[in-house]
Amino acid sequence: MSLSDQELKHLARLARIHVEENELNALKDQLGRVFKLIDALQAVDTKGIEPLSHSLSLSQPLREDKVTEIDSRESYQAIAPQVEKGLYIVPKVIE
Amino acid sequence: MQWEVVIGLETHTQLATRSKIFSGSSTAFGAEPNTQASAIDIALPGVLPVLNKQAVECAIRFGLAVGADINRYSIFARKNYFYPDLPKGYQISQYEEPVVKGGAIHFSLNEQDYQVRLTRAHLEEDAGKSLHEEIPGATGIDLNRAGTPLLEIVSEPDMRSAEEAVAYAKALHQIVTWIGICDGNMQEGSFRCDANVSVRPVGSKTFGTRCEIKNLNSFRFLERAILFEVERQIEILENGGSIVQETRLYDPDRDETRSMRSKEDAMDYRYFPDPDLLPVVIDEQWINEVKEKMPPLPLVLKERFITEYGLTEYDANLITSERALTDYFIALTQSAKASAKLCANWLTGEVMAALNRTQLNIKECPIQPQQLVDLVARIEDQTISGKIAKTVFEVLWQEGGDVDSVIEARGLKQVSDSSAIEKIVDELMASNPDQVAEFRAGKDKVLGFFVGKAMKVSGGKLNPTQLNDVLRKKLAG
Amino acid sequence: MDISSLSVKKIKQLIDSKALSAFELAGLYLQRIEKLNPELNAFITVDADKTLAQAKQLDQAIWQGESRPLMGVPLAHKDIFCAKGWLTTCGSKMLANFVAPYDAHVVEAFNRSGTITLGKTNMDEFAMGSSNETSYFGAVKNPWNLGKVPGGSSGGSAAAVAARLAPLATATDTGGSIRQPAALCGVSGLKPTYGNVSRYGMIAYASSLDQGGLMAVSAEDIAYGMNSLVGHDERDSTSVKRAEEDFTSQLNNPLKGLRIGLPEEFFKEGVDTDVAQAVEQAIQELEKLGAVRVPLKLPNTSLSVPVYYVLAPAEASSNLSRFDGVRYGHRTKDYRNLIELYEKTRAEGFGAEVKRRILTGTYVLSRGYYDAYYLQAQRVRRLILQDYLNAFEHCDVILGPSTPSVAFGFNEKTSDPVSMYLSDIFTISVNLAGLPGLSIPVGFGREHLPVGLQLIGPHFAEAKLLNVAHQYQLVSDWHQQLPAGIAQV
Repeated sequence: MSLSDQELKHLARLARIHVEENELNALKDQLGRVFKLIDALQAVDTKGIEPLSHSLSLSQPLREDKVTEIDSRESYQAIAPQVEKGLYIVPKVIE
Repeated sequence: MQWEVVIGLETHTQLATRSKIFSGSSTAFGAEPNTQASAIDIALPGVLPVLNKQAVECAIRFGLAVGADINRYSIFARKNYFYPDLPKGYQISQYEEPVVKGGAIHFSLNEQDYQVRLTRAHLEEDAGKSLHEEIPGATGIDLNRAGTPLLEIVSEPDMRSAEEAVAYAKALHQIVTWIGICDGNMQEGSFRCDANVSVRPVGSKTFGTRCEIKNLNSFRFLERAILFEVERQIEILENGGSIVQETRLYDPDRDETRSMRSKEDAMDYRYFPDPDLLPVVIDEQWINEVKEKMPPLPLVLKERFITEYGLTEYDANLITSERALTDYFIALTQSAKASAKLCANWLTGEVMAALNRTQLNIKECPIQPQQLVDLVARIEDQTISGKIAKTVFEVLWQEGGDVDSVIEARGLKQVSDSSAIEKIVDELMASNPDQVAEFRAGKDKVLGFFVGKAMKVSGGKLNPTQLNDVLRKKLAG
Repeated sequence: MDISSLSVKKIKQLIDSKALSAFELAGLYLQRIEKLNPELNAFITVDADKTLAQAKQLDQAIWQGESRPLMGVPLAHKDIFCAKGWLTTCGSKMLANFVAPYDAHVVEAFNRSGTITLGKTNMDEFAMGSSNETSYFGAVKNPWNLGKVPGGSSGGSAAAVAARLAPLATATDTGGSIRQPAALCGVSGLKPTYGNVSRYGMIAYASSLDQGGLMAVSAEDIAYGMNSLVGHDERDSTSVKRAEEDFTSQLNNPLKGLRIGLPEEFFKEGVDTDVAQAVEQAIQELEKLGAVRVPLKLPNTSLSVPVYYVLAPAEASSNLSRFDGVRYGHRTKDYRNLIELYEKTRAEGFGAEVKRRILTGTYVLSRGYYDAYYLQAQRVRRLILQDYLNAFEHCDVILGPSTPSVAFGFNEKTSDPVSMYLSDIFTISVNLAGLPGLSIPVGFGREHLPVGLQLIGPHFAEAKLLNVAHQYQLVSDWHQQLPAGIAQV
């Protein structure tokens, strides 16, 4: 299947990736090829087959409820684009 | 037209674990911003989540407490959306296989019993906090809360009024605090409700379009928000309009709900199983271990208190409204020295009144259960009267000490020696001949006059029953 | 001293006998990197001061009598592994300035074993690519022919080992990212069983497929490295708990009676004749060593590429959401509000292939498509795993070409992403099934470019694969050959 401009823009919005108008056609073409590739799956009969998330059938290990972390704010915020008063700063969010 | 209100609640309870659900950061409230945000909590590249056992155990406890099914095999999924307080760009939650399925919450309201069915309860991580006032013109992000374990408890749309919704929320609050999985502190956001509200014409079988009101962190706001929302929806419908399904925010300052525009663009969370986490397997043995550690539940205790000790429904409800209060009461009943019923009266009466007066909670009560039992026992064996007991209670509250020593030291012991009582009565009758005559002429009320006088003379220490007997006998002539 | 012939084993001997100090050895490798890297572009970051400081420290430990399994062995880390204090870019503009504040498990494990970090190797951006052309830092060149790609995504590690800029290199493999570049650069490369190597600190591409591994000249050297690399790590929930294993212990087992499974799907049309011939000759060598051929089928092989291109982008679209310009990494300069901050940061920070995969993943997970794509792909994934499990009832290892062709030219496959995707046809199913896979050089094809042979084993059969490869390498010298231009340095 191929995407319309509208659908591609919606996807790009969901993924928070800005796409310029002049990129749309090339991107639609490339994604169209990928979608064609993966569409091959539709023809496979998988009735009764359970989906497989992990190759090994193991269960989730559990951690004891202990505080093991120390305050590392300084080193983590040293690589942050913008911080103030210990907070990560973003443009004003209006709810 | 007559409208029926339909409400379902989604409640986020912060679980009382020491560390976060997927990292070893502390969950303590009130730390400096981002000082409890580890590499995992701020989603540095390459970090991975590891599940906190205690969080799962809390969920099992809850499931057992509400008679739900514990899913033997539950799955964590990613809920994908972008928000600055969601560092990974997805929230780890449970979607198709939650840890708890079904169950119900029971409560009574206006003398009527209600049951609200639960759809599910699932584990997830809390987001951080967006602070809009700290930095002028910008939003500041504090990720200390990010990764705090939550149990999201989803009810069926079984409630039909704001009052019911609040009663449900209170009952739920009671359970989660009772079984110790949540501190219940609503001001700190430990217990937050989202309300799904819709209305429909009475008799209609289909649901109306619902709106979700987010983040109601007090019972009062929950009630106010629902009342406002119901009114808003009815007004729209009666004016021929239709309800738009949306998320709304309650503004307590204006006492109204309003649309959250920022979340309006058609949300598509793209849930899928989190490949960093494996299926959580909960076996029978684990469930049994949790079961053994569970405290008896309030409803069970309430029934037991009524049938076993003859408590009134009111007292039983009051005592089981809080775990610590129940613990106190159970401590009272543990020694057979005093009757549970009279102990309950003292607990719900004197003790609670004193606590209210002094703004203390039961855990801070200066009178220990053993002291109260001793006190009640002394009333029952007639060492002191109920009235004198109040004096002793005051002393115990203020100064502490042993009940018998207080009675002894202050000479509060009741006079049960009949010759002593007779002597006082004789003297009173001699000095009040008019009143004696009145009684004998049929004025029964005069008895009270003599009781009062006798008590005054003795400092209230005469055994009241005995005094009565003696007075009646002597006055009758 | 000519370091181009040094093996890990030899280095261990030199250091242990104090014939050479770690400092001297590190210096020699750094010189070679300085000479050759400008042309090959195999490293994104080299920091001689850091490397030499680490070597000095190790020398002190050595003089104090301390002994560790890989004491003084120089090592290159793929730039996907966080290494404390090192720039860790993942081949992306998004992380072009990201100095990792912590060590990945793999980095920590090797540090503990006494290795010296030579630098961080180049790679396709976020490990998404098969030619290294998606790296923000420019493509790596194939040491055998500078006009050819080294493969990807671990092209930097492969080229570094091929040019003897490092005796051992870490790498990762999500759909062939170790085995394909190892094949194209003529080195040995092992992708371990999923769960054997902790993913902690390895920047995630597709979490259910990603696995760290190693490249070296020989299988024997990889075996030494594996002893440090493998081990349970409680910070990764998918890390398996197994008894400690010595991966060198089976190296010398004879191959008599070894059943080699040859899936007909790996030898069909699409495989170039030069590749097919080299592989056939290698099979005959193995037969001389006592191995027997077992013809078999892996009927769902052709579906592995579409399954992969649903599952990997889906996981990637979510894994890469954390790169939002808020807490670290690139942030656009030009934004008026939050949504612009996000959208421009990500549009600028990610390259074209990464964006394509994020958009593909977003699409297959989105409402209305999830069942048809994602769940269906997971079901077919089970069929693919089942094919392998069935096959291993009849054979000990499975063998085939690592890639359908030898190294291709730059820009040959960049215009059509799908043609690039198909170059991983033989490696992808191994990741989907979580199996160990090893590529070793078995000769040369057209333009004297290396041909790789892939050995696939049942879960946790790495030692067996290394055994087969080592026995083959004892009777062949393809792995020891040096690219012509490089040999003279």
